Amino acid sequence: MSEIIIKNGFVFDPLQGIRGDKVDIAIKDGKIVETTALTNPKTIDAAGMTVMAGGVDIHSHVVGPKVNTGRLFRPEEKLFQNIKKTGSRMEMGTSIPSVYKTGYDYARMGYSYVNEAAMPPLHSPHVHEEIRDTPIIDISAMPVFGNNWFSLEYLKNNEIENNAAYTAWLLRATRGFGIKIVNPGGSEAWGWGLNCANIHEPVPYFDVTPAQIITGSIETNEYLGLPHSIHIHPNNLGNPGNYVDTLETLKLAEGYTAKNAFGRTQVMHLTHLQFHAYGGEGFNFESKVPEIMDYVNSHDNITVDIGQVTLDETTTMTADGPFEHHLRAVNNLKWANVDVELETAAGVVPFVYSANNKANAVQWAIGLEIGLLAKDPMRTYITTDHPNAGPFTRYPRVIKWLMSQAAREAQMDAFKHRDKVIDVTNIAGIDRELTLYEIAQMTRAGTAKALGIADMYGGLAPGMDADVAIYNLNAESMPSDAEEIEKAFSRCAYMLKDGIVAVKDGEIVAEPAKRTIWVDVKVPENAQVNRDIYEHFLKHYSLKLENYSLFEEHLHNPRVIEVNAAE
Amino acid sequence: MPKKIENVGCPYCGVCCDDLVVTVSDDGRKVLEVENACAIGNEIFQHASSEGRISLPRLRQPDGTYKDISYDEAVDYAARVLIKAKKPLIFGFGSTNCEGMAAAAKVAEKAGAVLDNCASICHGSSFLAIFDNGYPSCTLGETKNRADVIVYWGSNPAHAHPRHMSRYSIFPRGFFTGKGHKGRKIIVIDPRYTDTARVADIYVQVKQGQDYDLFNAFRTVIRGEDIPDEVAGVKKEQILQVAEILKKARFGTIFYGMGLCHSDGRNHNVDIAISMTRDLNDFTKWTIMAMRGHYNIAGPGVVWAWTTGYPYCIDMSKKDRAYMNPGETSSVDLAMRDEVDAFFNVGTDAGAHFPIEAVKHLKKHPWITIDPNICMASEISDLHIPVGIVGVEVPGIVYRMDNVPIQYRQVLNPPDGVISDEELFERIHQRISEIEAEEGITQTSAAAAGTQTSFVGE
Amino acid sequence: MKTVTLTLNKQPELYLECNDITPDAFAGKTPAEIAAIEIWEGKQKIPLGDFFTVEGSAGATPAETKIVVAGDCTRVKRIGQQMTDGEIVIESDVDMYIGGWMKGGTIHVKGNADSFCGIGMEGGELIIDGDAGHHVGAAPRGEWRGMKGGVIRIGGNVGNDTATFINGGTIVIGGDADIHISTHGEGGTVIVKGNAKGRVGGQMVKGEIYVFGTIENPLPGFKKIETVERDVEGVQAQFDHFIGDLGERHPKSKGQPVYAHLYVKA
Repeated sequence: MSEIIIKNGFVFDPLQGIRGDKVDIAIKDGKIVETTALTNPKTIDAAGMTVMAGGVDIHSHVVGPKVNTGRLFRPEEKLFQNIKKTGSRMEMGTSIPSVYKTGYDYARMGYSYVNEAAMPPLHSPHVHEEIRDTPIIDISAMPVFGNNWFSLEYLKNNEIENNAAYTAWLLRATRGFGIKIVNPGGSEAWGWGLNCANIHEPVPYFDVTPAQIITGSIETNEYLGLPHSIHIHPNNLGNPGNYVDTLETLKLAEGYTAKNAFGRTQVMHLTHLQFHAYGGEGFNFESKVPEIMDYVNSHDNITVDIGQVTLDETTTMTADGPFEHHLRAVNNLKWANVDVELETAAGVVPFVYSANNKANAVQWAIGLEIGLLAKDPMRTYITTDHPNAGPFTRYPRVIKWLMSQAAREAQMDAFKHRDKVIDVTNIAGIDRELTLYEIAQMTRAGTAKALGIADMYGGLAPGMDADVAIYNLNAESMPSDAEEIEKAFSRCAYMLKDGIVAVKDGEIVAEPAKRTIWVDVKVPENAQVNRDIYEHFLKHYSLKLENYSLFEEHLHNPRVIEVNAAE
Repeated sequence: MPKKIENVGCPYCGVCCDDLVVTVSDDGRKVLEVENACAIGNEIFQHASSEGRISLPRLRQPDGTYKDISYDEAVDYAARVLIKAKKPLIFGFGSTNCEGMAAAAKVAEKAGAVLDNCASICHGSSFLAIFDNGYPSCTLGETKNRADVIVYWGSNPAHAHPRHMSRYSIFPRGFFTGKGHKGRKIIVIDPRYTDTARVADIYVQVKQGQDYDLFNAFRTVIRGEDIPDEVAGVKKEQILQVAEILKKARFGTIFYGMGLCHSDGRNHNVDIAISMTRDLNDFTKWTIMAMRGHYNIAGPGVVWAWTTGYPYCIDMSKKDRAYMNPGETSSVDLAMRDEVDAFFNVGTDAGAHFPIEAVKHLKKHPWITIDPNICMASEISDLHIPVGIVGVEVPGIVYRMDNVPIQYRQVLNPPDGVISDEELFERIHQRISEIEAEEGITQTSAAAAGTQTSFVGE
Repeated sequence: MKTVTLTLNKQPELYLECNDITPDAFAGKTPAEIAAIEIWEGKQKIPLGDFFTVEGSAGATPAETKIVVAGDCTRVKRIGQQMTDGEIVIESDVDMYIGGWMKGGTIHVKGNADSFCGIGMEGGELIIDGDAGHHVGAAPRGEWRGMKGGVIRIGGNVGNDTATFINGGTIVIGGDADIHISTHGEGGTVIVKGNAKGRVGGQMVKGEIYVFGTIENPLPGFKKIETVERDVEGVQAQFDHFIGDLGERHPKSKGQPVYAHLYVKA
């Protein structure tokens, strides 16, 4: 049986409140154990290095049909690709990497868990095929609900129990993780080329408002007691002035408290807040982060992630079909769209964020303001909404910006419209530099807690998975050059997955088995919902009910989280 | 007792009907009855249990005859061909499951091969258009539930996709389309008055090879500009009439086929069709879809995109990286230019579908056919390896023409000893590793050409 | 300027990929070092010296380096790829991608060139005395930022898909052009001295095309607005001036739409 002890490192484990102390981490049979449980361990000397749990990404688009459309329709970003093969498979793609490059790059950054943020239920066999082929990292995938005809019908009539029974059925059918909502009502409206511009605008034909969909979904989620809360991409993404809609959306969570057995405390996770914190109008938009973060800071039942713009050429992709259609008219680039019957939509458009573009620079500042104005790093997380605001491989750079005012100023000085950007944002006046402890909160401890998986991931307490990242950063004498921070987080010294060293000196040395995490909820038998499912498949779906649910053989290395909502 | 298996997917065309009911004999060896399938789908199931299936690999002998050999011997032969060749080509996958395609990609990467699929000689031009212009599309259920205008352009589902019109487009009653056929306008655009044109409300007879010009005319009038009195053989009045219907639709889908992909300009015909679809979305909701041929010919494009980033024509001869440029790395071009020195024909029949010059070039080198059936390719091969029929004897995931994954079932047992494509490719991969280890062959590392594009650790 | 002469002394079984036959790769190297530069035949990496004899010497910089390639190069690809300066002369016919993604310097092919020559070009000059294949000066697959600058001169005829997604630079074709010129173009100039078959300027946003001969199938999206006198490539003539593609989007400048311009000799 394999035993490892990691000695002499500066350990940052917010779940246990360990703040850079030199603590030995003991590993046995893939789990963290008490040091006394080891008999003859191999030693990893982490002297002068930072030790954290494996990173947990709460929101990223890494597997599934729209990700793959992005890969397929961007041959130009791979034209001169030339990465020396070090893992078992070649690594292709930049903003939308192949499954192999995805797994390897997350591991190199010390991440061990990624939550795929949008799974079209009809396409779940595709999502699970890609999960199978993505090496090393554990993956969960959230089916999208906010435009699903079943949910629209139930929530219009406030039938929470029925919606809950359907939700439990769909989570099982797709081996999904939780309730994702994208542009509630708006993507259904997109079926007719329309949108829901705010939370009060009713969905065509279904006559339910986005606000009703959101509150009904919160009630459904807490009725079921799922590990994660609802996870929402709100209405009106990307439009100046949308902070009003964002605040209204956040306020819908008022009065709800989390009911679950997983240690989660929020009832709403609002994702890629950067895209939803704009004031002003037209290209003269401005940061409204202080207004939004004041609200977030004072409401414990909300979590957010940033969606940081990284100033790269990338590929946008979202189930927000009308938004991608809008974007295509902004930059006139190629546009893919996939409306999915009865369920959702999706769009994909390449996008070039440039430091020379004022709007992009303002977006950059807004994202960082969110991280820097967060009072509780356990509720504000680092993401780039990969690949929408930038590829996940830029997390180390985002961390650098958050940890170093000098690095932020250097970036601002490189902006073509520096002064104009400073005028409409607050970034220049913020001198906060996040600590390693806060970074650990924003990248693993907080995200694991919000996902309801903090008993397995995101920390280093005995009994948890032995997923560990060791970074070449001396916590007692941090480098004066912020570039060293980015470098250290880009390629960790060691990454252990289930107690196996997968990365050493920044390179892949082993590809331990990965898992699919899904949530199985027991609910009371519900004849009406069963009948509704039968009817919609008989009349409206284009395939048979019996071929819709994922066959057991297409689920790979599952780790099921069981929830009992039947009592 | 014969056994009835329900909800069976059909291994014929890209429509991927999954409502077949197949009755098989007690011993699981013979198909007795197939319900709900079209005539062609029915025939595929019947064929599986016909006499004359081969159950062992066959190796060509010096006297020209075939001799049965074991799978182990066949795997070893295939592995050695792949190792020895400077640039092997692995082509086909018209009737393979995704699991088999993933395994084939692994072999191609290891062997430094070019990996290509039948799209290369079919809807490859659609991929080129998608690369350049995107793909505003939808799933087939969207069309069924919402569409009030349907356009078939250069496609003839009445013959090529027998149940397409009844399941998804013209006839079904969907959620917002309760009147079925009566509530829909059908427009067929084709140089020939096809059987599909017979059910159209409007038939537009475009001059052969001038589809691009006609699209250009539609786009011009949709923007309110004027056009000549006749374009591509079509009168201005009819162009204006159709353009008005397109603009006033509530939801429309353009289904296009080989008429666009295989006439002059090829990808550009599809490209401008996509441009027109983009334009129409400024007025109402329009979508476009390629009428993909085989039941899982969308599969390799999907699987290889997540593997390599490219759907077809994937040159992995540099091993560390993949490269794609149809016109150079496409199978027929490679064969015509005599640019490959070993050929794997997998689940297709290049013997029948490639130009004779291409076949002659390929025939100079080792030719291995992997297919359940005897076909022209198998008859000119050096080695023929039989595999189970996907969708009949081998289950797995296939991708419908709208890229929706459909889980296919097994209804029969394959002939004794016959293995799946997936197992075969896994074994070839394993064997290549063994031989390389025995002979001390190391992987060649790539030259540092081009630019390093990894973001990590810059 | 110093000269390196490469002579192909045997034919490959397949094709050779020689993207490092450039003044950039040769500059500052001895003949022995040049002979050691790696080229590819399929998955095999081979020293350049296995196929070419190397004579003469390279300059210290690309600008001071001239490469002459002798022998029958019909099965040699990618010469001059991404070169930034200096000069290459190819004495025979040559295969694909000559001058692909080149940024500067000069390439002169004394025979014909196969497809994709000058693909993704950014600067410099590419001269083909004979015919060229398809995709002359076009963008690589999926790339919307096509040819940005430089000059391509083809003495003879070209195949289809010339200058797809062109954004800048100039292409002069001495002979005839097959279908599709400047499709999706957003700038640059293409001059066809002979005839064009059709689909000239389809989906074109901006840029210019001149045709001295005839267009067999003109697109309906181009509208004649005037006849003008122009001096093109040293020839003074009357041209019918068309704007288009009226089916495509067009940006506005000072409130007025900006079109692509097609001039056909009157």
